[in-house]
Amino acid sequence: MIPRALDRGTIVFLALLGAVAIAVPLLNLALPDSSPLHVPTYLVSLFGKYVCFALLALSIDLIWGYCGILSLGHGAFFALGGYAMGMYLMRQIGGRGVYGNPLLPDFMVFLNWKELPLAWWGFSSFPYAMLMVLAVPGLLALVFGWFAFRSRVTGVYFSIITQAMTFALLLAFFRNDFGFGGNNGLTDFKDILGFNVQADGTRAALFATSCLALMLGYVVCRILVASKFGMVLIAIRDAEARARFLGYRVESYKLAVFTISACMAGVAGALYVPQVGIINPGEFSPANSIEAVIWVAVGGRGTLAGAVIGAVLVNYAKTTFTSGALAPYWLFLLGGLFVGVTLWLPRGIVGTIAHWRAGRRITATEDAPDPSGAAVATKPQAAE
Amino acid sequence: MDLRTTPALLYLDAVSVSFDGFKALNGLSLTIAPGEMRAIIGPNGAGKTTMMDVITGKTRPDEGEVLFDGSHDLTALDEASIAVLGIGRKFQKPTVFDSHTVEDNLRLALAGDRRARTAVAWRETAAARERMSSILETIRLTAARSRLAGNLSHGQKQWLEIGMLLAQDPKLLLVDEPVAGMTDAETHQTAELLRTINVEKTVVVVEHDMTFVRALGVKVTVLHEGRVLAEGSIDQVSENERVVEVYLGR
Ligand SMILES: Nc1ncnc2c1ncn2[C@@H]1O[C@H](COP(=O)(O)OP(=O)(O)O)[C@@H](O)[C@H]1O
Ligand SMILES: [Mg+2]
Repeated sequence: MIPRALDRGTIVFLALLGAVAIAVPLLNLALPDSSPLHVPTYLVSLFGKYVCFALLALSIDLIWGYCGILSLGHGAFFALGGYAMGMYLMRQIGGRGVYGNPLLPDFMVFLNWKELPLAWWGFSSFPYAMLMVLAVPGLLALVFGWFAFRSRVTGVYFSIITQAMTFALLLAFFRNDFGFGGNNGLTDFKDILGFNVQADGTRAALFATSCLALMLGYVVCRILVASKFGMVLIAIRDAEARARFLGYRVESYKLAVFTISACMAGVAGALYVPQVGIINPGEFSPANSIEAVIWVAVGGRGTLAGAVIGAVLVNYAKTTFTSGALAPYWLFLLGGLFVGVTLWLPRGIVGTIAHWRAGRRITATEDAPDPSGAAVATKPQAAE
Repeated sequence: MDLRTTPALLYLDAVSVSFDGFKALNGLSLTIAPGEMRAIIGPNGAGKTTMMDVITGKTRPDEGEVLFDGSHDLTALDEASIAVLGIGRKFQKPTVFDSHTVEDNLRLALAGDRRARTAVAWRETAAARERMSSILETIRLTAARSRLAGNLSHGQKQWLEIGMLLAQDPKLLLVDEPVAGMTDAETHQTAELLRTINVEKTVVVVEHDMTFVRALGVKVTVLHEGRVLAEGSIDQVSENERVVEVYLGR
């Protein structure tokens, strides 16, 4: 199971990610500011943000690329993971807030609350907060998915209700009395595990941790898709009814992969929050979820690596454009990019390359038939 | 503890299904004996596919009884449970997993654990590999075993789907229009294949193609407007006036 998951492409990809995880913090911390190779701290955080987005994209690719489940609400799981981390960070502020209340975060004092709401209990403990980072998105996905998949909601209907889910959460989190900071969200974080969140060392460590999380997520995805579980996911994507009539309980597979994916998105959100220094209800905006799906489409769905590459490329483009004179046109550009990819590059960047290489391999084997039997031929990883 | 109420492998009694008031099945009764092969014919819209939908749990009947092996009430089960009980189904439109290889299509169909929670650690057994090779021979796709199913010809897809049914190792095979879109030679081979399969398994074949049905040489049931119009050998039913009327008249 492990050897099949760790094919050559995966090992190369993990090695590259590992190199980045070490190099960026090193170039930031070890080199003097004057060095041309020095990576400034703001870039470390920016790259860290990209890595978190890449993990979110990976979680979307796992369900969309392999099982055909198009979630347009994955931003919600990302945001919930982010809020869980944000709550931990808020509790760490302790008496150092503006109002100096040792127990209550500032916004609660401002709202004249006298005691800590139940939902906030336990969040001063880091392990508990990390558990919630997985459990809250996971549970929501489990309950939501249980209803949706059992009632056989599929295709565009499923996409629409996931949009509705994230929109409903957006409205809820905007409310002050919901208890999570209203439209200001959670911010002014001081430290994480006792380290100052603003410090260069902390930022470098957060970056490296994000890379590690992405690597781990990648391995988990590879193990899943390279196993029979993954074969069934692809089968469901190709012909759901056929899978059912073969005796597979489609809803169990969908529910399992949807929940795993939501947990991954939650982890991405949790790592994102300390690096950007804020989490607010805007993260639940339906547009965010759609944007994340575009990253996957651009990179190539059903390839895993494509999701990561797509997320990094599109976000790099976004940073570049939104900081220049073209800033007002970014959304048009993003929309144009999506239409362009759909029309001319339906397999995305990585999918197109993989398809092209598989095509060359087939021609090559046809020229020189392999006597050892075709059974060992590597099958193209579901490029479509 | 035998709860059998009928010796039939498949027993349908007075089954009715309506779609928005239109009766696709209208008091359909049918019994299939263990080991039998039965051909079902009937004009388009007669309810043949709907009948298969009812047997396989895709459609719930409004009325009537559907029993498998004398003791299982199929109207109370879902598709996956019915498949696991031992009913395999080939769709009217060939349906295979396009982005899987021919081998992987069969691998997924091979009888075995279907649960999601054990699928990650699943390993193939040597026996399963052997069984797969023998099925590949039977369906004449050995040479195409590593090709993507999506790249097969229409006829090959039909055969792959039949192979998947075999791999599933069901007691009863429901085969909906297996020779649609096949050449004469392929049609002939398919009739042969189904007869081979029938040595071990019970088969219900729905087909339009009369030469094919004749080649099968089995008892024929004619459906019309959701109920049985006639039953007997192909010669008997083709002499039946009402059958002739349904097929040629109007
Ligand atoms: N899901 C459905 N909704 C509405 N009408 C249906 C549905 N399935 C079948 N029908 C109708 O029921 C009738 C029987 O269809 P079908 O069983 O497919 O016939 P056959 O397979 O014998 O050609 C047809 O008139 C068809 O239009
Ligand atoms: Mg039909």
